[in-house]
Amino acid sequence: MRRARLTALTAVTTAAALAAVTGCTEKSKAGDDAVKVTASDNKCEVSKKEFPAGHVELAVENKGSKVTEVYILFPDDRIVTERENIGPGTKQNLTAEVKAGAYRIACVPGMKGKGIRQDVRATGGGKLAERDPRLDKAVAEYRAYSQAQADETLPKVKVFTDAVRKGDLVAAKKAYAPSRIGWERTEPVAESFGDIDPKVDVREDGLEEGQDVEKDWTGWHRLERALWQDKKIGQREKDLATRLDKDLTDWQKRVGKAEITPTSMANGAKELLDEVATGKVTGEEERYSHTDLVDFKANVEGAEKAYALLRPVAAENDPALAKELDKQFAALDKLLDKHREDKGGDATDGPYAFVSYDTVGKADRKELQDGVNALAEPLSKLAAAVVKKSK
Amino acid sequence: MAERENTAGTAGTTDSADRAEPADRTTTTVGSGAPSRRALLGWGGAGLALGAAAAGGAVAMARSDSGDDVVPAGATGAAVGFHGTHQAGIATPVQDRLHFAAFDVKTTDREEFVALLKEWTRAAARLTAGHAVGEGAFGGLAEAPPDDTGEALGLKPARLTLTIGFGPSLFEKHGKAFGLTGERPDALVDLPKFPGDNLDRARSGGDLCVQACSDDPQVAVHAIRNLARIGFGKVAVRWSQLGFGKTSSTTPEAQTPRNLMGFKDGTRNISGTDEKALAEHVWVGAKDGPDWLVGGSYLVARRIRMNIETWDRTSLQEQEDIFGRDKGEGAAVGKAKEHDEPFLRAMKPDAHVRLAHPRTNGGATILRRGYSFTDGTDGLGRLDAGLFFLAYQRDVRKGFIPVQRSLAASDALNEYIQHVGSAVFAIPPGVRDENDWWGRALFTGEA
Repeated sequence: MRRARLTALTAVTTAAALAAVTGCTEKSKAGDDAVKVTASDNKCEVSKKEFPAGHVELAVENKGSKVTEVYILFPDDRIVTERENIGPGTKQNLTAEVKAGAYRIACVPGMKGKGIRQDVRATGGGKLAERDPRLDKAVAEYRAYSQAQADETLPKVKVFTDAVRKGDLVAAKKAYAPSRIGWERTEPVAESFGDIDPKVDVREDGLEEGQDVEKDWTGWHRLERALWQDKKIGQREKDLATRLDKDLTDWQKRVGKAEITPTSMANGAKELLDEVATGKVTGEEERYSHTDLVDFKANVEGAEKAYALLRPVAAENDPALAKELDKQFAALDKLLDKHREDKGGDATDGPYAFVSYDTVGKADRKELQDGVNALAEPLSKLAAAVVKKSK
Repeated sequence: MAERENTAGTAGTTDSADRAEPADRTTTTVGSGAPSRRALLGWGGAGLALGAAAAGGAVAMARSDSGDDVVPAGATGAAVGFHGTHQAGIATPVQDRLHFAAFDVKTTDREEFVALLKEWTRAAARLTAGHAVGEGAFGGLAEAPPDDTGEALGLKPARLTLTIGFGPSLFEKHGKAFGLTGERPDALVDLPKFPGDNLDRARSGGDLCVQACSDDPQVAVHAIRNLARIGFGKVAVRWSQLGFGKTSSTTPEAQTPRNLMGFKDGTRNISGTDEKALAEHVWVGAKDGPDWLVGGSYLVARRIRMNIETWDRTSLQEQEDIFGRDKGEGAAVGKAKEHDEPFLRAMKPDAHVRLAHPRTNGGATILRRGYSFTDGTDGLGRLDAGLFFLAYQRDVRKGFIPVQRSLAASDALNEYIQHVGSAVFAIPPGVRDENDWWGRALFTGEA
């Protein structure tokens, strides 16, 4: 990553008019105005579907047999507030400050899956602008994608970190690039938290002034250096592997709360290409392992996912742009395939193999750069196509 | 008019500068034509002329030919008409700065390529008039990057010219897809390998070129940058070169500029106002070759590295012998004044001027428009500098090739220079009016 560059996800949230709200949970007794939520193994009943905006209190009772969790969600599935681990037969309260607008309350019996949902509405002044429901759907699906990427990444990371902890250099090298794919696909979401990225994906030159390379450098690239350049695994590396597990678990837990908007998705897609243009094409990102093309592919896939979800709206507002993006995504995929060692097979089916980037000559790198420019330039116009009113 | 501005709100509508009049290719002064809305608001009509004069100070100054009084170079800030019989940037007075870019064509879709040429033409007309590209550099949608990159906002047109050319590879690699089979002019030859050439492929060739000349380097760079951006996906920059300090002039009555070796360069260059010489040596005529190129020309570009440090250690006598002219006045050997007719046989047999002279080369005459370049140092502490040579001619086989053959074989200067980049392009005729576009005759077959 390039530290402190990918900020759009947090920066453009105002555009979506989903004003920030603070959520919190408390155990105090619920007031009379509280919304009663009765959760069971197959139901999620709410006592009222409309309530005044402002301070909202949920009084949750779990009458089911499974441990449950309860959420207040925005229409795009972003979490307003949540309460986990509500045991069978117990009561919990949670509160939130909400503005007027549409929300959902979700009970998740067994704390798995999307749960059972109820549409609710906060009424009163300070109305939120209604957004194209297709865009809410796109955001919700992109959030689910980001969550799935994080969920699927953790076991792959564990293969990598287990190998490091075992001191198995060969196995660790093999597991390194695959462990990064989910992260690279959804990097703008991860980077929107600000604090996780510098812990897991910083390169040596990204350390802040005053930070010590040996003491303060953590994450994938520090281990990459140990495996490929130092060619040894010591106690420090084993400790760092465990820390990587922990930091990425934090990422996995927080994906649901990321600020995602249609424009931040669009700009996030463009930023993934920027990452490619500045870090991957040059070979800077994976300077020891030369696995840059795996990251490259993952960045493009993540961008393509965001685009695919926004495409229905974008194609309506700017058909020519959608046509160009379809074409350029396909062209770049084709260009990448030239450097693929495992012909055929979708990357989602398993790890993909690319040639070592140090074997890619200058002319081929130029070709890749040209392909990235050809895609990133129209992609920079996607956000505008998503927000502009159709004629 | 001619104030560089954001035009969001008026773009493409009534701004008269969008429809630049079919110009007679003379330099129009700032303040002529219809003032844009911004200019009216900002300056007031009467203030325009004053503003133009004052703004000249921001750019390069040049001495007038008559003496020591300093005047703004070429009425600095003015716009050069974009439309005309010939493309601007060839016979028009040479500006102070250059940004030259060669492109590879990436698209295989003829319609897409034609659309790009049209879009480039529209952008070029705006840029040379001092306007921002598209809907400008600000004021548009907050979520989208602006159409124009913005670094030329507030700058004058600075005599920007944009000149397009088509390389041999356009006809060879893309000829079939673009329906250009058989359209490659015979005179658009691949240059032979000259003795001493040490060409870097990465700095040579190109399917297309755009030459941007301006008195303000920022204006020239802005133009190339925006054209490259418009072209992403259809074309890609192959190589580019910045130049400063024109090394030859198309206004020989003015003081002759000097190259990095300290010698006057271009004393006998073709004057941009010498219609007869231009017709004879520069413009492609009706009987010369393909109809689509009539009124066009051929461009040879060579990146010529100079061994600056060894040159600077060379004695004055040897330097003057090598050129065949004296360093101070620029007079030929045995003559008193720069413009005195040289007596070639008085020069050493390997003197540069003697070997380059038309009389030595069967009359071969080219219009030079080169620039000095300095791309920092080369890692060995040597200045990576020299001459970016640009020559226009009616037929490469009768222009550059015989001259360079004679020079490459025996020029004493060869010890101090090396040709490291090379390209050749067919330069189509001018864009006639706002309905015309770069390369139309080539792609539509209609002259």
